[in-house]
This record gives sequence, C-alpha cells and structure tokens, in this order.
Amino acid sequence: MGLGGAVCLLPFKVLAAVWNREAFEATTSPEAIKGLQVATEIPSHDIQIIAPDFAENGAVVQVEVKSAIPGTEAIAILVEKNPTPLIANYLISAGTVPHVVTRIKMAETSPVQVIVKSGEQYYTATKMVEVSLSGC
Amino acid sequence: MRAQLKAGITEVKVLMSHPMETGRRKNDLEETIPAHFIQLVTASLNGKPVLEAQWGTGVSKNPYLTFFLQNAKVGDKVTVTWHDNRGETASHDIAVTAAG
Repeated sequence: MGLGGAVCLLPFKVLAAVWNREAFEATTSPEAIKGLQVATEIPSHDIQIIAPDFAENGAVVQVEVKSAIPGTEAIAILVEKNPTPLIANYLISAGTVPHVVTRIKMAETSPVQVIVKSGEQYYTATKMVEVSLSGC
Repeated sequence: MRAQLKAGITEVKVLMSHPMETGRRKNDLEETIPAHFIQLVTASLNGKPVLEAQWGTGVSKNPYLTFFLQNAKVGDKVTVTWHDNRGETASHDIAVTAAG
C-alpha cells in the first residue's frame, strides 16, 4: 500500500536542519563517512548483512541489516562504487530492534558497507555484491 | 503498510510510492530529470518516535522498508511519514495486528 494520503507542503528549512547534506552529497565513501562524523570504525562480526552475492538488476537490491551490538543507535548503509555512496542512515530509538530491510540502487559491483553507532563507538562490516545491470 | 505482532516482536512493512529520481538520469530529449527523492522517513508508535531514516538518492524507486518494534501491542498505532526534497510529505498509520 502506498503512502498517497495527505500530501502537502512543508517549509524546506525544516528538513534542511535534519538531513545530513554533507554526508549524502559526498561522492566518495571516506567523505561520506566523514560527513557522518565517524572518526574510526572498528570491524565487527556482530553486524549481519543479508544481501545477494549476485544481483542481476542493480536498480533493486534488497539489503537486510541486523546489529547485535548493544546500544545500537544508528545503522548507515554505504555503497562504495555508487556516485553518492551514502544510501541511508537509520536512527534507532530504544525499543526498536536494530534490524532494517531496505531496497537500494547499485551502479556496479561494489562492497556494501554498514556502519553501526553505539555510544561514541562506530563498528563496521561489509559484504560484496556483484551487479550485472547498473541501477543508477 | 502492515504491522504484525509475532512472538513479542512487531514487524512493520512499508511500501511508499515515490519516483526516487537521482538528478543524474536523462529523458528521451537528453534533458536531465531533476532530483526528486525522499530524504526523511519518521516512524512513531502511539505518537512516540521509534525510528528516523535519512535517505539519499540510492534508495530504490517506490521505497520498501521493514523495521521491528519490541514494545508494541495489538491495537497500537504505528505512523510512518516521509518528506522529500521538494517539500512534499505523506503520512500513513495502521494498527498493530496479531500474526495469523
């Protein structure tokens, strides 16, 4: 079911204050990660990325992320080889399971990187996804 | 949109109708199609925020999102609202049901 209901106009500046333009408009992964205020990210086996090894259509690649890291506050998804690598950043409230499923575009074969924030620490995991038809 | 409670966890599935244009594609006349994409999705449970998603242009057309809530009960109200880069917004809510 679509969210076609109440479409109205919202002042642009309301959103501008929330959306992380620097991170989302960055054209390289390191710049996007810097935009997210991440200094160093620690590799972790407690982040599970469920995505296909091989995606025929890069326009729609389903990515599921589960974090077993206590106190997970945010889950960011990046595709290194995309024109703008940062895809999504999920801010998780207490009472929400750190587990999201999203469908993303992939321009070409690339690592899919997840960065999890817990307190002042950042953790990361990656999964390689081969793409045959570009989705960008 | 669907919110189903099973074994203590409520699975919320949302499908949004949106073009998610990157601003990099061209039409048949070789004109650039302007960027038009959802930047922010917020979800609440009985009015209390539970999830905020910031999105770039890399989320697929007609975005699909699943998330999971720990403290929801049957009948609780889940609301999902999106805002895009043109200032458009839409909101939808649904009651939590028990998985059949």
